[in-house]
Amino acid sequence: MTASRKLSDVAKTIRSKNAGVDKVTFDVIFPDQATYNRVRERGVLSRPAVCRIFGIEAAEITDHIEFDPALAIKFTIYRRMPGGSPGDADIFGSQQYGPLLDIDVPGG
Amino acid sequence: MPVSLQHGRSANHTLRIVCPNGHLGFAPIKAGSFRIGCDCEPDLICADSGSCDVGPVPLGTDISSSLLQWQVGDLETMLLAARRLGVPMIVGSAGDTGSNSRVDLFVGIVRDLAKKHRLAKFRVGYFYSEVGKDVLRRRIVASDQITGLDARPPLDHATLDATERVVAMAGIHPYIKLLDDGANVIVGGRSSDCAIFAAPAIRRGFPQALAYFYGKVLECASFCAEPYGAKESVLGEITMDDVKVTALLPEQRCTIASVAGHAMYERANPFYEHFLGGHIDMSRCHYQQYDERTVRVTGPSYVPAAELRVKLEGSGKIGERYVGIVGVRDPYTIANIDLVTAWARQQVVERFGDSGYELHFTIYGRDAVLGEREPLRATPAHELGIVVQGIAPTKAMAEEVCMIATRQMFYARLPQVKGTAGGVAFLLDEVMPASPAYRWTLNHTMRLEDPLELFPTFITEAGV
Repeated sequence: MTASRKLSDVAKTIRSKNAGVDKVTFDVIFPDQATYNRVRERGVLSRPAVCRIFGIEAAEITDHIEFDPALAIKFTIYRRMPGGSPGDADIFGSQQYGPLLDIDVPGG
Repeated sequence: MPVSLQHGRSANHTLRIVCPNGHLGFAPIKAGSFRIGCDCEPDLICADSGSCDVGPVPLGTDISSSLLQWQVGDLETMLLAARRLGVPMIVGSAGDTGSNSRVDLFVGIVRDLAKKHRLAKFRVGYFYSEVGKDVLRRRIVASDQITGLDARPPLDHATLDATERVVAMAGIHPYIKLLDDGANVIVGGRSSDCAIFAAPAIRRGFPQALAYFYGKVLECASFCAEPYGAKESVLGEITMDDVKVTALLPEQRCTIASVAGHAMYERANPFYEHFLGGHIDMSRCHYQQYDERTVRVTGPSYVPAAELRVKLEGSGKIGERYVGIVGVRDPYTIANIDLVTAWARQQVVERFGDSGYELHFTIYGRDAVLGEREPLRATPAHELGIVVQGIAPTKAMAEEVCMIATRQMFYARLPQVKGTAGGVAFLLDEVMPASPAYRWTLNHTMRLEDPLELFPTFITEAGV
């Protein structure tokens, strides 16, 4: 059994971006089928995991998809406030993925 | 023409489009790959210029977020190529917001460029996308619901009153009309990104499912290629059976992973793309590596909408805004930073009361970017940068709100602080005027009888 690795070590792309003005969407893309499968099977980015990572309620997740053609796990959550409102410091939603990088992938 | 494109056209009936930029004007087109694209016998040159990503300020204040000289530069690059090749050029969602003034701006730039380069006369088509508040108010009065998207409630009078400007998201229809009217260059108001590319394809008889997918895959230019490198051109080709997309920069390729990956980009769900008149379902798309730099896609389906509903974007003003910036290095102050901002806020309350303004502290080094979603907010960095925003009905009041909050952090009273000569470090001993604060008031849909009813089209001439 290999030691756990970080999501940033096993994923090819980890990104976030606005999906319209009220949501931000996250794409985690893997380099190969085996890694993609392993992360899915271990529930590393499952709905409960996403809630835990960002401290949000399940109802704040609007979409959670395993997108086979791109070997990607994709989820979308409501923004804290519409993009660019005063107090929003990430107008494009492009740095919301930060907390995903250090997540442990058991046996990754 | 690159070797991988020398296969020529893959069927008798094809349409080729070069897309040089996923957001025209936002950052300049890279010339090399665009030149290669122009050598690939394109039938059109098309680009989107809009995005709601830039926030509500540009739509609210009716400005561009892009620099004028970059807009002129990109339009010049596209226009000279299109006129030289004798192919139509289409730009959608002019000037970031697609408001009427942005359409006029782009039409003016095209006319000026035509004069500057002494281009032979050509026809410029354009359309507007702004929706008058009176139109929306009549719908509310008539109980013809303007439905909220993304869990927003239906539009009410109060929200409409608080709205400055509204644009509607056009579909393919005004583009097709302007092509029918003989436009050589089209400047579009706010419109769905994919419609810019789908319109000429549908007009030429290609299947709607493939045409909309064609638009979807091309609209961000080289974002569908790898390795990552923005603002490079890509070439799309549609036939009756498939869509192909080719990376044009020699260092880039379109791969199954990059094209499928882009299908997810900046949308909540990778399987559906909605636009005026329906949506496409991409859940059964098949991606195939056609040649070294080209991906072939088949299998999207088109689902017409049961009811014609148009998406609306609206921005409303909150107030004038000033911004102050301070730093903190004392670990004790950092550990008690919430007491510091609370002190500063209290000083504003003593001057102006509890309401009638907004005050925001954005604490870099702790949780500025994610707010309460930041898992590491309990362990801030060794120094913090705090941006203070004061927002109020007048500039004078916004300046004072911001100045009180910024300067009073300097005087914050923490019981055990060692440094008694100033609680924060000033980058500038001043507060700075910023753009007024706005918010997205509309992210809604409205019923339409006719897909052109909000999008009047016009034809003018340019050139000498």
